[in-house]
Amino acid sequence: MIRVVLPAHLRTLARVDGEVKLDVDGQVTQRSVLDALETCYPMLRGTIRDQVTQQRRAFVRFFACAEALSHEPPDAPLPDAVAMGAEPLLVVGAMAGG
Amino acid sequence: MSGVRVLVGTRKGAFVLTADGQRDRWDVSGPFFAGWELYHLKGSPVDPNRLYAAQHTGWHGQVIQRSDDGGKTWEAVGNKFVYEGEPGTHLWYDGTPRPFEFVRVWHLEPSLDDPDTVYAGIQDAALYRSSDGGQSWQELPGLRTHKSAPLWQPGAGGMCLHTILLDPSHAGRIFIAISAAGVFRSDDAGKTWRPINRGLKSEGIPDPNAEVGHCVHRIAMHRSRPGVLFMQKHWDIMRSDDAGESWREVSGNLPTDFGFPIDVHAHEPDTIYVVPIKSDSEHYVPEGKLRVYRSRTGGNEWEALTRGLPQQHCYVNVLRDAMAVDSLDPCGVYFGTTGGQVYVSADAGDRWAPIVRDLPSVVSVEVQTLP
Repeated sequence: MIRVVLPAHLRTLARVDGEVKLDVDGQVTQRSVLDALETCYPMLRGTIRDQVTQQRRAFVRFFACAEALSHEPPDAPLPDAVAMGAEPLLVVGAMAGG
Repeated sequence: MSGVRVLVGTRKGAFVLTADGQRDRWDVSGPFFAGWELYHLKGSPVDPNRLYAAQHTGWHGQVIQRSDDGGKTWEAVGNKFVYEGEPGTHLWYDGTPRPFEFVRVWHLEPSLDDPDTVYAGIQDAALYRSSDGGQSWQELPGLRTHKSAPLWQPGAGGMCLHTILLDPSHAGRIFIAISAAGVFRSDDAGKTWRPINRGLKSEGIPDPNAEVGHCVHRIAMHRSRPGVLFMQKHWDIMRSDDAGESWREVSGNLPTDFGFPIDVHAHEPDTIYVVPIKSDSEHYVPEGKLRVYRSRTGGNEWEALTRGLPQQHCYVNVLRDAMAVDSLDPCGVYFGTTGGQVYVSADAGDRWAPIVRDLPSVVSVEVQTLP
């Protein structure tokens, strides 16, 4: 079971409280986790990554296990602790704006 | 007893204001979609419980929301806006070509006869249609691929398609407006388009007969007389009596003819409303006085409407989609300000009162007249 923490706006949009728990088939990567997330919560399509290019939106960042993962390739394996469900993948809205 | 429902989009959420036909006691609900920008909300004219809302943030992009119960509950629907074929290029601020790129939805215009059909005007300028209640969106690419599109250039707010007028008398006739390209008309339901900007004069455009390049802020029509169009341009109030084939200026005695919104009285096709602001560099009302101007002669002769509006120390603006009229008798007129006030006049503009004073900055105001 993969754990994902969404930013507040996306928790509201997806109507979830706290962490999201997902089943992910195969290797646990940014892409496979986001694919599973968008399958369970289709209203999140386009809000974390572009629907056409699949690129991360500019003001969204990924962290896990105290590591910044935003610039990792989308098919790179996520840390074992995320794959094992011990630690969540954090989806974070960049601090900007007013 | 009939009533009204006012749909307010702000920089930080949406609000729904309701009242009976007297329009003096109001219920305020919201914020809906708190913290998000709501550029526009609008209801279907054939099913007043069907509402559409354009929700956006710079962090998470565009979301489209739909309500089937008059705004009590909402459901996120489709938000995939993809240009059909090659996006092509327009001109950037520095005059260099730049690919069309989806930024946000500025305006949603529900069909006049089908609640599941709705049009969306987007930035960078293009027109989309959904025929399944907003679940999926298809571009009407004849507009963006018009031969003039490579010459379109953004206004200060971005290259937005901000106005969509559906002609109730001519099936398939649609008017749209783009800042800063101008007005376009289709007579075949959006398949083909042509610019209709003859008579517009804009500073900075060397060719007085330029086909495109005009910063049109808003156009409006009365549904009983759709061949007559009124326009608030960057500067100038304009009027067309031939469905946009030609335009003439009707700014008349206005203190300034810069502004954003323009609207038409529900029962008097020659009564129109604008809210002049000081200039293109000072986006607030002149002299610290919030004044709506009304013309009962289709332009040229204007009167200031001030009763109930602040007449000192007021420095707000009224954005292009932030004025609306209801269809009660007497006609109600509504507008929202960048200072977060929403005002109503239940007597066609003679007297005004605030419905709310302290919302986030108001981007759009629409009103539904309920049975």
